[in-house]
Order: sequence, then structure tokens, then C-alpha cells
Amino acid sequence: MAALRMIATLFVKEFTQIRRDPLSLGMLIALPAFLLILFGYALTFDVRNLSLGVCDQDGSAASRELIRRFAITEYFDLKRQVDDPRALTRLIDHEVIRVGLVIPPDFEERLEAGRPAPVQFLVDGTNATIASAVTGYADAIVRAFSGQVVLEQMLRAGHRPPPAAVSVEARIWYNPELESARFLLPGLIAFLLMVATVVATSLSVTRERERGTMEQLVLAPLEPYQLVLGKTLPYLLVAIGSTVLILLVGRLLFDVEVRGDLLVLAFVVLAYLLAGLGQGLLISTVAPSQQVAFQIAIISTLLPTFILSGFVFPIYNMPPVIQALTYLVPARYFLVALRGVMLKGTGLAVFWPDVLLLLLFAGLMLTLSSIRLRRLFQHLM
Amino acid sequence: MEQVLAFLRKEFRQLRRDPRMLFLLIVPPIVQLVLLGYAANLDVRHVPLVVCDPVPSATSRDLVQRLVASTYFDLVGYEPDARRVGEWLDRGEATVALVFPPDFGKEVAQGTTASVQLLVDGSETNTATVALSYASQIIQHALGVGAVSAGVVPELRVWFNPALSSRWFIIPGLVGLLLTVMTTVLTALALVKEKETGTLEQLLVTPLRPATVLLGKLVPFLLIGLLDVLLVVLVATLWFQVPLRGSIPLLFGCALLFLLNTLGLGLLISTLSRTQQQALIGAAFFALMPMIILSGFVFPIESMPPVIQAVTYIVPLRYFLTIVRGIFLKGVGISALWEEMLALLVLGLLLFGLSTWRFRRQLH
Repeated sequence: MAALRMIATLFVKEFTQIRRDPLSLGMLIALPAFLLILFGYALTFDVRNLSLGVCDQDGSAASRELIRRFAITEYFDLKRQVDDPRALTRLIDHEVIRVGLVIPPDFEERLEAGRPAPVQFLVDGTNATIASAVTGYADAIVRAFSGQVVLEQMLRAGHRPPPAAVSVEARIWYNPELESARFLLPGLIAFLLMVATVVATSLSVTRERERGTMEQLVLAPLEPYQLVLGKTLPYLLVAIGSTVLILLVGRLLFDVEVRGDLLVLAFVVLAYLLAGLGQGLLISTVAPSQQVAFQIAIISTLLPTFILSGFVFPIYNMPPVIQALTYLVPARYFLVALRGVMLKGTGLAVFWPDVLLLLLFAGLMLTLSSIRLRRLFQHLM
Repeated sequence: MEQVLAFLRKEFRQLRRDPRMLFLLIVPPIVQLVLLGYAANLDVRHVPLVVCDPVPSATSRDLVQRLVASTYFDLVGYEPDARRVGEWLDRGEATVALVFPPDFGKEVAQGTTASVQLLVDGSETNTATVALSYASQIIQHALGVGAVSAGVVPELRVWFNPALSSRWFIIPGLVGLLLTVMTTVLTALALVKEKETGTLEQLLVTPLRPATVLLGKLVPFLLIGLLDVLLVVLVATLWFQVPLRGSIPLLFGCALLFLLNTLGLGLLISTLSRTQQQALIGAAFFALMPMIILSGFVFPIESMPPVIQAVTYIVPLRYFLTIVRGIFLKGVGISALWEEMLALLVLGLLLFGLSTWRFRRQLH
């Protein structure tokens, strides 16, 4: 009972401190939701409106029809028509266009004669993802155009077109329109929450050490675990508020509804928040100054959560050594569970190993923090 | 001038006395670049594939063989029951499932149209799109569909990155990102710390002008930033073999322009916050996250809605990424990059002017 009262006192003290800085508190709660709105719209791998430059050396009905077919799709935007193919090069250098299409002078003549008619695509390969998409779209448009030309010629010559031997029927699960926002949004949630929780707690103990207020705590008969609880619980409440806001934004603005069990979602989120708070607290007990704590917090959360969690870059694509390292990133586990419960509607039966590892991570962080705190106390005594 | 130099000397001495800080400035960028350079890969390879082929035939076996041989797919298992194929996707063990109907072999032999089913986990859109197009291409190629000799033949020439390696795109981007993370955070702390410890008042009573104080505070970070650029460029070119086709002096000149922005931003954050905690939150949420997501580092800016595209114009990293990728991969010079350079200069001066103004107001 006394222990409980101790934690409660500390909780109130820490909470008052948070409340006294309404700017930080407001930022911690509202900023992630605000950024989710801003970034949510920005997150997309869908490639649309690629700027296209054309050099039509033929100027025939056939070449104009091919160009029209490019211009009417949502994938390409006809930006420039030039007379000299070399001008396309310059436009690509200056990032005015991403793709250049060169149609040679004898294009229609060759088509009419039933000979292969080459067209040339110049693709800016700097961004491999965009370039792959470009080549795929261009290939499909040209194929469709070509198929129709050949078919018309066969019909004119009185041949019957051959049937297709095997048809491929594709069915896309979980995200039939292949909207990348659906995939990326849970990642963004994980990203924002991790940075918010670690950032919030990483200075908490260091600050007291720098200001010398730690001594007061040592005089009070507190156990390290009580201190850990008292320090993390207020931030946990703040983080829960922020999470609720984030999920609402995701649901209302981005239509990412939760397909699975809400209770499972709550449990998974709680485990993740504890992991983040634990990591922040550990940093706080290790760092000698706020400046160093700040550095470690940013370095250990920002880029790792963005790049090593599977947020954007698929983990199975990474070399084995890096894959091993991703096990140290709590967002990795959270993302499997979050995508499962939000997009796929699966439950703990499927992703329990990830949740278990996440809980282990959180437990480890909190235990290490409390050991470090005991050491700090002994040092001060 | 002498004052500035004296002040600079003092700042450097302070930095040198804190070797842990110096270590944190130099080692993490390199470690992060190596780690992230390997991890940040959007190339779609080794997609886990599960096959359901109740009555295997020569054709179906050949198809699976071709898919695996392409290295785009890794066969993770066979599922005998067509109704349970979906569970592999649910469990995340497979991203693509290829389902042959029981009479596939018979139909192919008879020359009637046979259909195979591809189930794709669409939650990872990039992988799904690419895997789908690879699989259909491989299957249709194998079965000779659409093999027409006449018609339009697209000839593809991919520039700057013929192997279409996403690493070539990401690593130069990481140079800009790491630089931002390292320098903005540092400067954001520089002044807030003095405010918290009260040493700012001491600066007040010295006859130093605000601009002098800021300059003295920033030059060490500027030099560290340039050192970071050097190290990171070395790792990118020597370790990851990303080509550096353009001018190295131009790259450093532009890095200097960019540092004006990151340091200015850090300074602005520090003049706007009262405590180190506020500075930390401000730096993380207002500076670093927008830099990562709105700069075109991975998410293409031209696909964003117009309003968000407009926001990206105030993100300095946007311009620096175009510059770095232009110099690294395209080998272009000032004639292609001057607009971005100008934007960096204007933004940088703006950020600096704003923070100096805030700083002066706080002194009074």
C-alpha cells in the first residue's frame, strides 16, 4: 500500500511537471495527429502524372495515335514536344521530363509493311522505383497499341486471330486497389509514436541529474521500480491520448478502418508504447547530459524506425546481417501486428510471436532502466 | 573580427573538452549510412511464393521453375489444399500464391485456354505491383502468348542507373538526410542549453553583437557538418560503389549552402523553445520528420496532392536531394542545378535572418 502511495506521489509530481509545460504537452499529444494528416497525403509510391517529352520524327497518323494513347492515361503527362531527340536529353538532365519518347521517321511505313517498328524510350533511371513503373506502363501501352494494329492487319488480310493459351487471373488481397497509403499509414503511425514516446522520456531522468534534483529523490525511500513506474505512467497517458487521436485521423481522413479486434489493437498499442517509453527511459538513465540524451534518442529512433522496421523497405529484401539488426527495432514487431489487425483483420493467433517479442523488448528496457537507476542512486548516496 | 575569432576559439575548446559529443558527431553518421544503405532497398527480389498444384504437369512444373530461376521469387512451400492457400498470405509467410487448377495440364495439352490464378498480398503495394507484373510477364513469356514478330517494338534506354538499383537513388539521399539529422539537432540544442543554464545572460553583458555570437556558435558545427559530408561521401562511393559523376567541389559548395539551412533551422528552433525538451520535440517533429517524408527521399513528390507539393517547397532537403542526386548520378553542373542552389540560398538566408531577429529580441 505504501509502495502504491509512493508511485502515486511521484506520478502526481511528474504529471504536474508535464502540465506546467503546456507547450510540450500540447505538442506531444496533438503533433503526431497533425503530422499524420500532413504526411498521410504525402505517403505514396503510386506513380502518376509522369512528365513525358516526345520527339515525333514521323508526324504520321499512327505516331500521333501512339502519342495520344500516352497522353490520355493518368500515368503520363505530355509536357514537351521537341524536334530534335537531343533536346530530350537536356530536358531529362534538368528534370523537366522523366521519360522521352522518340518515334523514328519511318514509323508508319514500317507498321504498314508489317515490319517491326521500333520506338525509343529514354528513361531517367535515378529513382529506380519510378523508372520501373515507367517501363511497365510504357510497355503495356505500346503492347496494347501494337496488338490492335497487328489485329487490324490480320483482319484486313482475312486471318482469324489466335486465342490466348493461358490467361493469368490476378487477385489482390487486403488492398485490392493497391493504394500504397493503406500499407504506409500503419508505418507512419508506428514512426510518429516511437519518436514521440522516446523523445518525451529520454530527457526525464537526465534533466533531474543535470539540475541536481535527483538528490531529493534519493532521500525519499523509493525503490527504483517505483521511480520507473512513476516516471513512465504520466507519459503513457499522454501517449495513449495521442494514439487515440492518430487512429481517429486515420479512420476519418484516410479511411483506414480497423478490420480486426479493437481490444487486440489496444493491447498491441500498449505494448508498443511501453517499449518506446522503456527505450526513452533507458537512454535517460545512461546519458550524462541532455544534449547526449537528445542525440541518442534521435539516432536510435528516427532513421532506424523509418528504415529498419519494414515501414517502407521490405525486411526480407535486406541482407541477413541487417535483418538480424531489425530485431532490435520495436517498430518491426508492432508493424506486423498493426498491419495484421488493421489491414488484414487477423488476430493474436497469427501475430502472437511478434507481440511476445515486443513485450519482451519493453520488459527488458524497463528492467535495465531500473537497474541503471539503482546504480545512479548508490552513486549519489 | 578578433572578437569573432576569440569567441570561436572558446567554442572549439568547449567542444574538444567533450570527447563523447565529438564521437557522437562523427561515428553515427558512418555507421548509419552503412546500415541504412544496406537496408534501404526497394528492389523487389526473392518474393516469397507458395504454389498450389494439385495435379502437377510438365507445364506447371516448368512455370514454377522459371519463376524461381528468375530470382524474383523464392519458393517457400507447396500447399496441397487450394482452400488453404490464403492462410499463407494471412500469416505473412508468402506474398504471392500461384494456384493451378487441377485440370491445368490437360487443358494446356488440348490447346484450350487454361487459367492460372495469382494471389498477391496487396498490403505492400510496391512489392505487390512489381511482383504481379514480373509473374505475369514470366508466365506469358513461357507460354508464348503475345509473341508477335511485327508491330511496335519498344526499345528501352535507362539513363544514369541502368541496373535500376534503388540503392543508387537512396544512398545519395541518405547523405542529405544524415547531414540534416546531425546538424539540426546539434544547433537546436546549442542555444537552449545556454538559456537553461543561464549562460546566455553572461553573453548579454559582453560587448559581442548577436550576429557575432551566432557565428561563433555555428562555425564549429559547420565544419563538423562538412567533415560528415566528406566521410559519408567516401563511404557511399568506396563502400557502396555509387558513382560520383559530377564535380566534387560543387558538391561541397552545395553542402555548404544546405548547411546554412539546417543550422539556421536548428537555431530557429532553439530561439523558439524555452527548454531542451521543447527543442527536442520541435527538432524531431518540425524539422526532421518533414525532411524525411516531404523531401522526395523515398516518396515521389510528383505523386503528392498539389497542396502537399506546395508544402515541399519550404523543405530545404527537397532541393539538396535534387542537387546531390544530380551531381552523383547524372553528373550535371551548375547550369542544371542553379535553381535549386538559389532556393537553398534564399531559404537559408531567410532562416538565418529570422533566427537572428528572434535572438536579438530575446537579448533585450
